[in-house]
Order: sequence, then structure tokens, then C-alpha cells
Amino acid sequence: MSDHPHDYYAKKKHGHDHDHEEHAPIEERDEGPPSEFEIMSRAMQELLEEKGAVTAEQVRRRMELFEEELPYRGSRVVAHAWTDPEFKKRLLDDGKAACTEFGIDLEADRLIAVENTPEVHNVIVCTLCSCYPRALLGMPPTWYKSTNYRSRVVFEPRAVLKEFGTVLPDRVTVRVHDSNADMRYVVIPMRPKGTEGWSEERLAAILTRDTLVGVTVPRVDAAT
Amino acid sequence: MTPGLRTRGAAPFPSTYAPAPGHRFKVGERVAVKRRFPPGHRRTPHYIRGKTGVIERICGAFPNPEELAYGFDGEPKKVLYRVRFAQTSVWPAYRGPARDLIEMEIFEHWLEPA
Repeated sequence: MSDHPHDYYAKKKHGHDHDHEEHAPIEERDEGPPSEFEIMSRAMQELLEEKGAVTAEQVRRRMELFEEELPYRGSRVVAHAWTDPEFKKRLLDDGKAACTEFGIDLEADRLIAVENTPEVHNVIVCTLCSCYPRALLGMPPTWYKSTNYRSRVVFEPRAVLKEFGTVLPDRVTVRVHDSNADMRYVVIPMRPKGTEGWSEERLAAILTRDTLVGVTVPRVDAAT
Repeated sequence: MTPGLRTRGAAPFPSTYAPAPGHRFKVGERVAVKRRFPPGHRRTPHYIRGKTGVIERICGAFPNPEELAYGFDGEPKKVLYRVRFAQTSVWPAYRGPARDLIEMEIFEHWLEPA
């Protein structure tokens, strides 16, 4: 968001042809010409502001929320599930209802929580684009949206997990979830030994984003 | 998509699709994903078309994304399932153990009994 729309457009040359049919790779762009969707989104916001439907402040607040609050919700929910087995059961039964009970509104997102056990390790991907539980984890990391991760984790998950430092023995089932339609997913990792008696806040600190996507597991030594 | 067909902010208008039948499959039932390649916006990944799996759960009925993508209202809603596949049945060259799984959401009209 620029305070100077004219500077914004001057910086970016126009004329980019971006047709949905061809489905260009999903990637973040911060240079070159603005995409059709950037222009559309900007025009839409200006129109909605003119008509009094939203204010720039509301949009700014929403963006701030995405960076300041949303990324920490997932850790708090799962830390609570670690300390309250009944809540964990409800989270596994109906992720959205459990989050609502915990005071987190997932808005349009439907949530499926999947639990890691000594027998099963879960990992999440969206092969079609970058579907991600944004209301719980904020914006997806760049690697989650990369073609490399999206195309490889479905057919060689163990090799990809190894690149993230996660080596699983063959006796553990690797369960890949392709988040390809309307549901969103979060992994409930196994609570590591050595965390007995920890507060939910301290537990949340080792429940990093990557542990909730399932590319790694929580480590006691990750806490500071 | 043909650019001229894009609705550009216009209100969605009702779908011309025929209504979907009710819940056709049960949890645990074996299903095959149709091996078809129609043009358009589809949420069924190519790699899973033609593969056989088992219904893991019924997610509910959701607006049809194949219609939403083109400015229709997605009605009638379509039943969405989660289907579980053995990795070794999806990828002939899969290198992990036979117990490994892959699961995803498939709309009912992409499934047939197996």
C-alpha cells in the first residue's frame, strides 16, 4: 500500500498480460509490472472507499492483523490442546467449532486438525495453489507456495521432510494432506518429552509455524 | 478462460448445472477418481485422476468451485469427500514404504464406485 498511487504506478510498467486460463505459477512478486490482480484489487478498494463500504484504515488494520496476530493463533490453539485432552478431542472432531470455543474466529475457513502419533506423521500441502490455514497461521511462507515443495512433497514426502531436517523411520506412516478444495488443515504435533509442567505460553513457543504444517517437529531446545 | 466471458465484478448468476444427487458414498467405501481431462477450473489434481482410494470422511456440501471460478454462484452445492489413497497406488515409482498415505478432497461428481 503506497501513500502515493502515482509513484506506485510509475514504478511499475503497465501492459502485463496475465490470463487466468494459463494459471501462471503462484508466486510473490514485488518488482516488474503490476499483475492484473494487483490492479483489480487496488481499483476495487478505491471504489469501495468511494462508496463508503470500507475505509483505508479498515484495510490497513486487516493487513496488520495478518502479520501481528494471525500467525500466533495456531500455536496457542495447539498448546491448549496439549494441556487439555478434552479440548484436543473437540479440536480433532470439529476444528472450527473448537477454535470458536477458544475465542478464535476462523471466518470462512473450515478446519481439519490431524494428529501426529508414534505411528503417523502428517504433512500439509496444496498442490493446486497455496491453500493454507491463514486465519490460524497468517500468510503462507514462500517455500509453501513454491512449485518445488508443492510438486515434490506429494510423491517423495520423506525426501522433502529430510531436507527440512525431519527424518522418519519406515515404521512411521507418512500421511500427506493435499489441501486442494474447501478444508484447511493444521497438524497437532506430538508433545516432546521434557515439557512436563510447562505453561501454555511456553509450549506455544516451540509450536512453530513449520511444526503446524508438519515439515518439522517441536523441539525442547527450540525454546529460549 | 476466454477474457470476454469474465464477469468482472458483476453479481453471480444462477448455475445451469443439474442438481447433484444426495450423498452417494459412505465412509470406508472404495471409490475411483474419474480419469477425465475437461478444460476449465477443476479442483481435482491431475495426478489423482484414474486412481482408487477409500472415503475418509464426508466434508459436507460446498459451492461448486468449477462454477464459482466463472462467476456463477456455485449452486447447487456439491458433496465434498476426503479420499485416502495408498501412495504406492498413486505413484508407481513411489520409494517410501507401502503404508504411506495421501489424502485429498474430491467432489462427488469426480468419483465413481470402485
